[in-house]
Amino acid sequence: MAEKAKVQFRQSIVVRFSGDSGDGMQLAGNIFSNVSAGLGDRISTFPDYPAEVRAPQGSLGGVSGFQVHIGHGVHTPGDECDVLVAMNPAALKMNAQFLRKGGAAIVDIDTFTQAGLDKALYTTDDPYEELNLKAQVIEAPITTMVKEALKDTGMDLKAQLKCRNMFALGLVCWLFNRPMEAPLKFLKAKFAEKPEVYAANELVIKGGYNYGHNIHATVSTYRIQSDDVRPGVYTDVSGNKATAWGLIKASEMSGRPLFLGSYPITPATDILHELAKRRDLGVKAIQMEDEIGGICSAIGAAYAGHLAVTTTSGPGLALKSEALGLAVMAELPLVLVDVQRGGPSTGLPTKTEQTDLNQALYGRSGESPLVVLAAASPTDCFKMAFQAARIAIEHMTPVILLTDAFIANGSSAWRIPEEGEYPVIKPNYVPEAVKPTWTPFMRNALGIRYWAIPGTPGLEHVVGGLEKDYNLGVLSNDPINHAHMVETRRRKIANVANSIPELKLKGDTGADTIILGWGSTYGHILDAVNRLNEEGIRIAMTHIRYINPLPKNTAELLSRFKTVIVAELNTGQLADYLQSKVPNLNICHINKVQGQPFLVQEIVDGVKNIMMEEEL
Amino acid sequence: MEQNNNNQPVAHKPLDYKNNQPVRWCPGCGDHAVLNVLLKAMAQLGIPTEKTCVISGIGCSSRLPYYTNTYAFHTIHGRGGAVATGFKTANPDMTVWQISGDGDCLAIGGNHFIHEVRRNVDLNLLLLNNRIYGLTKGQFSPTSARGFKSKSSPYGTTEDPFVPAELAFGARGTFFARSLDVELNISQEVMMEAARHKGCSVVEILQNCMIFNNGIHSYITDRENRADRTIHLVHGEKMIFGKDNNRGLVQDGFGLKAVTIGEDGYTIDDVLVHDAHCEKSFLHQMLAMMDGTDLPVALGVIRAVEAPTYETAVAEQVDEAIAMHGFTCLNDVIMAGDTWNVE
Repeated sequence: MAEKAKVQFRQSIVVRFSGDSGDGMQLAGNIFSNVSAGLGDRISTFPDYPAEVRAPQGSLGGVSGFQVHIGHGVHTPGDECDVLVAMNPAALKMNAQFLRKGGAAIVDIDTFTQAGLDKALYTTDDPYEELNLKAQVIEAPITTMVKEALKDTGMDLKAQLKCRNMFALGLVCWLFNRPMEAPLKFLKAKFAEKPEVYAANELVIKGGYNYGHNIHATVSTYRIQSDDVRPGVYTDVSGNKATAWGLIKASEMSGRPLFLGSYPITPATDILHELAKRRDLGVKAIQMEDEIGGICSAIGAAYAGHLAVTTTSGPGLALKSEALGLAVMAELPLVLVDVQRGGPSTGLPTKTEQTDLNQALYGRSGESPLVVLAAASPTDCFKMAFQAARIAIEHMTPVILLTDAFIANGSSAWRIPEEGEYPVIKPNYVPEAVKPTWTPFMRNALGIRYWAIPGTPGLEHVVGGLEKDYNLGVLSNDPINHAHMVETRRRKIANVANSIPELKLKGDTGADTIILGWGSTYGHILDAVNRLNEEGIRIAMTHIRYINPLPKNTAELLSRFKTVIVAELNTGQLADYLQSKVPNLNICHINKVQGQPFLVQEIVDGVKNIMMEEEL
Repeated sequence: MEQNNNNQPVAHKPLDYKNNQPVRWCPGCGDHAVLNVLLKAMAQLGIPTEKTCVISGIGCSSRLPYYTNTYAFHTIHGRGGAVATGFKTANPDMTVWQISGDGDCLAIGGNHFIHEVRRNVDLNLLLLNNRIYGLTKGQFSPTSARGFKSKSSPYGTTEDPFVPAELAFGARGTFFARSLDVELNISQEVMMEAARHKGCSVVEILQNCMIFNNGIHSYITDRENRADRTIHLVHGEKMIFGKDNNRGLVQDGFGLKAVTIGEDGYTIDDVLVHDAHCEKSFLHQMLAMMDGTDLPVALGVIRAVEAPTYETAVAEQVDEAIAMHGFTCLNDVIMAGDTWNVE
């Protein structure tokens, strides 16, 4: 019993907190990732919460999870966890599949009663055997110990049980040599208004830590090395928050005030939440009566001269289609953020997918091209939101930015950009010299319409959804003019390719095979490529953030490879698009449509299978 | 108001607000009169053309923005209210006119309509009600009477119509006025009042469609009957109407009754005085529901009460939030959160 705890040096470690959705697992996971980030770790997190607001307590549908990946070389929240915290039998059942062989499960054994097992639909009385659990199980009487720790506080039982998450957190902190100061500081700030709640949580978290200390004889613990990251000031951001901040940054760099017209929809609503808070920066974020109202109010604000944004997820994008067409026709700047989720229809609203690409590219009436971008990670959301706004304003076009539930809710450590890292955005105002002869659809040399801001004397004009005369900007039904306007709008979007970065190669650039993806699969594909290259399997990689238009070197770069493997969380939407844009590519697919991110191993296996088949 | 070199206010003419585009409504359409009256009202209000924006949805009446020499936006079907809400919230300095029809505003745009009224966005909504879809060539609308026969209801409709005022009051509207396309003076008066009102001013104009619904309002608009079947309400004045100006509205239990002054013992003292500013909308609603049969159709400003406007409340909150937190840029917000240094 008195053996010394082993201290393992691992590059990174994955912890998954799971429990009933009322058990506070998200909070415990968040504090643990913040504490780790504060110690200089790279972090990546993945909340996995149920679609139901409150499923019955203890049921499988009510299980909520939060996975944290910390340490060195962290690109994803991790495929498997090293430690699984399960606060009840249902949580263990739902999450045992994610626990790596040889990992450790911490369970609240007090909940493993017959009633608890029944609620989680176990058919035997040996849950570990039933789940074929190949892991160490730490049976901690968490409920009992929490009640014991709080018996003198006068709290009622319900309030006492709400602190169970802190016991688990204390235990995990002990496992990973996290000092208690940081979480206590966090809790003190969180419960500044409720000192008695803080006091209770302090008792419990320390109880968990001490319990871990007392049973260390049976546990392997890990110490996590810090990553060698670029110097600077860091903070922790989720993709949704980074998206909101990137838009604010673009507003600052363009001098156009930021307006958001939105309607709540999972998993995009946190962008609305963050921008609603930012009235303290002058942001006007308004919640409208529906998705259509969201985009239409944004279009009104765009006409008024604002950097206008609307945020949504797949079903909301469908509702916004007609209004997007109006923004295309009126040639107004507009950013639409689609945080993709599982579809179609209500589908899997809290889960991740890349299934809205076709809708973003093609989902409008008429010939209505617009710019489509995709962010690759939580922190990349900042950059791509900025780029979406830059392109919208400088090219006078709606831009769709695709993120997804995985990166929107996941978080990473983010180096805060320094002054001058982001360029000035230059709105295409009507030049003084042009004003005397200006008409509403007059363009600059790049075919971009000038932006006349209402309130300016002498630039009164009408825009709208009807076709306009190319020269005069007044209504026109002329057939040749219409064809000319269609081509003008097409070319305007194609020209955006001149102001976006080219595709870059990674991995084994001399290989015959390249793998590519778009959006949130970046980290998984990168890890897979690194693994394959380490195994001596030759493969290159590139990643697409700018989807329409594609970077200028796309055709040249991809044509260098005998085989192009496209990995995406749909049935092949980017692959089809690439096939239509770059003829004669030998495209192979790795697809997954389960509402879950790729596992790195799935990509590794997929590549190996394709290579075997290609050689046959 | 603008001033010229002699420090005199610049006189605005209706044609200052008209662009050079030919007006394309059918000859005899009520929309022509509405456009002309609107131009006059704009001139008399004297708000400069660059400070004025006209926003519409889709339909015959929604073509109006193509004819004004102001900022203007012809949007998509039913969504003019949402576009106008965003526009006005973004730039509260602009005077916004929204032009809509009974189909655009009350069918496909019904949701945006009730919510812009509820939010009390400071804009002037002209609802041109001809009880028909004209642009799509003659289908019944949400204001067509039950049993109305049209191309899409050859046996007559099987549904009851909306009364726009009832919807506006149900959505807690602060301003409602009504006119007829043929009543040019009242139309101009209610447009001016709508513009002066701070909030969402709904102005219903009963308008004739020569082609698909000719004469739908003639029961009240015909010259020989108009005086007896309409009443021009003016705040603070007795509710008197009729060819001989001797008819009045009196309270009758929980309802209203039209009486002849000097008959049945009714005197001028019994006649109600119009109070458009009364907070409670109960009597306003009864007035607005009068349909010209037993009681005359109410014209003029029926309700005009003060309430906070949406865009002003948003702007004030922005100012307060900036003052409260003292952030000057995004970086201030980020640095106020949890950060750490990596050397």
